[in-house]
Amino acid sequence: MTSTSRKAAQGARRVSTDHEGFLRLAGFRWLKIALVISLIAIIGYIAADIQPRPNGGSWYGYTLGTIGAGLIVWLTLLGVRKRAMTPGGWSLKAWTSAHVYLGLALIVIATLHTGFQLGWNVHTLAYLLMLLVIGSGVFGIVVYSTLPTALSANREEMTDAQMVDGIAAVDRQLHAAAQPLAQADAERVLAALNEDPFAQGLWRRLSGRYRGGATELAIAGCDSAGPVPADPAIARVEALLRRRKAQLDRMRRHLRLKALLEVWLFVHVPATIALLAALTAHIISVFYYW
Amino acid sequence: MAFRIRQIEFTADGRKIVRDRDIATAELTLGRAAENDIHLADLALDARHARLSLELGGRVAVQAVGSLGFTLDGSSTSSASIDPATGAELGFGSHRLGVARDADGAVLLTLQRIEAASGEGEGLDPGRSFTLTGVMPSKRVLSWLLAALILGLFLAIPIASHLNSRADPTIRAIGDRSWNPGPLSAAHHGLEGSCQSCHVKPFESVRDSSCLTCHKSAHDHAPAVRLAGARATPLFGEKLLQTVAHGFGKPGAGACVDCHTEHEGAGRMEPTRQKFCADCHGTLNQRLSDTKLGNAADFGTLHPQFRARIVTDASSRRISSVSLDANPREDSGLIFPHKLHLDPRGGAARMAITLGTAGGYGQALGCANCHRGTEDGVRFKPVDMERDCESCHSLAYDKVGSTFRTLRHGDIDQMVADLSASDHGAVPLASPIGMGRRRAGDYASGGAYYANFSGHNVGLSSVQRALSRGGVCGECHRPQLDGAKPGVMPVTQISRFMAHGWFDHKPHSQEKCSSCHAAERSASSADLLLPDIKQCRTCHLGETSSKADVPSGCAMCHAYHPSPLAPSQDRAKRKLTAIGRKPEG
Repeated sequence: MTSTSRKAAQGARRVSTDHEGFLRLAGFRWLKIALVISLIAIIGYIAADIQPRPNGGSWYGYTLGTIGAGLIVWLTLLGVRKRAMTPGGWSLKAWTSAHVYLGLALIVIATLHTGFQLGWNVHTLAYLLMLLVIGSGVFGIVVYSTLPTALSANREEMTDAQMVDGIAAVDRQLHAAAQPLAQADAERVLAALNEDPFAQGLWRRLSGRYRGGATELAIAGCDSAGPVPADPAIARVEALLRRRKAQLDRMRRHLRLKALLEVWLFVHVPATIALLAALTAHIISVFYYW
Repeated sequence: MAFRIRQIEFTADGRKIVRDRDIATAELTLGRAAENDIHLADLALDARHARLSLELGGRVAVQAVGSLGFTLDGSSTSSASIDPATGAELGFGSHRLGVARDADGAVLLTLQRIEAASGEGEGLDPGRSFTLTGVMPSKRVLSWLLAALILGLFLAIPIASHLNSRADPTIRAIGDRSWNPGPLSAAHHGLEGSCQSCHVKPFESVRDSSCLTCHKSAHDHAPAVRLAGARATPLFGEKLLQTVAHGFGKPGAGACVDCHTEHEGAGRMEPTRQKFCADCHGTLNQRLSDTKLGNAADFGTLHPQFRARIVTDASSRRISSVSLDANPREDSGLIFPHKLHLDPRGGAARMAITLGTAGGYGQALGCANCHRGTEDGVRFKPVDMERDCESCHSLAYDKVGSTFRTLRHGDIDQMVADLSASDHGAVPLASPIGMGRRRAGDYASGGAYYANFSGHNVGLSSVQRALSRGGVCGECHRPQLDGAKPGVMPVTQISRFMAHGWFDHKPHSQEKCSSCHAAERSASSADLLLPDIKQCRTCHLGETSSKADVPSGCAMCHAYHPSPLAPSQDRAKRKLTAIGRKPEG
């Protein structure tokens, strides 16, 4: 490789590391736009002087409601838009940045649209669903900006499949090594081998707490034979179990981080569709009893 | 006789490998430990799991050795006796052992591994297992379920129910309460949940006809032509809003719902804001050139001077509406100087003190000695001679024994008859009869408070003396001859000076009367003691004023729908107070 091409390669690398995330895109362009929109909405709310009290049925209320409904539909379209990655001013990154900040501005617009008149009705249901969608989205932004570092630190450049393979390799050795064991010990090892790291529920995934797992119990069983087991088979099995546990712990941390990165979407997406339904009911009902 | 163990295995590419092994023994052991005849590396098995032995008659007995059993043709057991001729299938952990008799008479045990031994780490799909799809319900399914639930409960059911119940108005639609954007005002509380009462047709805004089904007596503010002519041309913004509103089927300017908005929360309906009045009245003279009304947009900044309905001619009792700026003089027919009565050092005050508390006096005269409020506290009852004046202005003209004879107030003929009779032979009181004022009591000539107000009218009859200026009648009334018949000018007391506005004394009861009515300085009953707009503006300014002690919209004093009663705001307040009041006792 010539020195010129090496320089070019270094230059390209520098460009690629100079990453600009969707939050700070173009000097927080969409944050500024969202703030201006929110400010205009607030000033308009104060200036509009709706009598006897501000409400969604006034001219200003309808204006904010129309803007808010339009925004909600546009924000939902990220789900369609994200499947086509394009560069440029209307790149997917710019679209995501706008999605985040305009979504936050929606809190101001929709709250002013309500005129702070809430009740047990479909209108407030739509408002609460919207807040749930935005709240879960905020959670998503927070985990997206904090967890990936922890995720790559934990996985130590292993792929998901390598993690599974690592445990499978230990398991095969363990299976062989446990053959001479007495039945009670063999059962504990078998239970550990049967422990499916993916079978646990959502709460364990998110909390990362797996107390009293079969591998742990099997290690404890080996420990009961004494600090240095007399039976070399047990000693070998225990060493393998500890290797299994270390790998399992890493995998569970990985699972937890991945779950946290993903779980908000299980709220965000269904709540968005529910919001669209509630919004439809809200708008139709208002004009039905016009 | 022997056992033949046939082990079947498959290579990675699916090729079958069959290995036969004959064991010439009557008993076989099976288990995880290596010393077993049939060694199965499966942790799910005991080290020594089972024993197979040949029985007499060629049967094979299978007996579990350890604590774990096995399956015989799919069902769990710990011992079995099998006829190899019939055959059977045994299950040990991940292995299947078929028992049969081979052609040469040996017991054929076909051993086949049917699944990976448990816990060998196979069967995981990393691409799928690391996501939450396994532990969470599908996003798509959840989305559809929620959307269907919401659309069903909050849209389909109310609409279907409403369409079904339209034929029979007594049936209320189900589920449309979830559409209610807020509670109705107290007046419409009874209609809560009966949405169709006002929202008659789907997608049609509330019409005036719905309101008028109950509010049958609601009057128009003015004839429709006048109203249309009075309405200001909307500015661009308002025009745009009106166009949009019309586009969506709103009934337009002047509809009931323009001023009376609902679903604004429980409690009383908010009074209509002054801008709804100012729209027309602020610049009314520009459009209705013949209007007698001054422009009004805000009580503090643009409101004409009050006009009072006063008696301008006592004899004909003609009532005219006069601006307070025009220095109006009232001619009620009565002679009554307020100053004289209210002077704390004057004779009237002295007399009131002497009369004492028993008669309701005891102090210098105050307004309340003569002016009594109506029951509702809004205004005052007409002054009543017998009740309010006669304590001092006695009409006694004669005394028989200990009984005084008194003229009957208001009856001229009776007065003439009584006094004429006393002129002819009745024993006069200590002072000349028909004289001016006498107070009830023993205050005859020579007494401390004796005064003869009759003047020097010697030679006149008692009747003439009584009617003459300073006489018992003429002191307060102007004589008026009806032909040759003696009489007095009729007295007209106005109880409500402003017919188109509404003034309520009750909320002002903490003020002194003199704050607004300059009675102490009034020496003539022609003085109209009404406060003008400047006086009111010391406390009351427009609805939006921040300086006012009492920001006051039009609806505080005026009603849009012409009515002799109080404006709706005031009425509603009274009604609520009455409801809120605890029963006494």
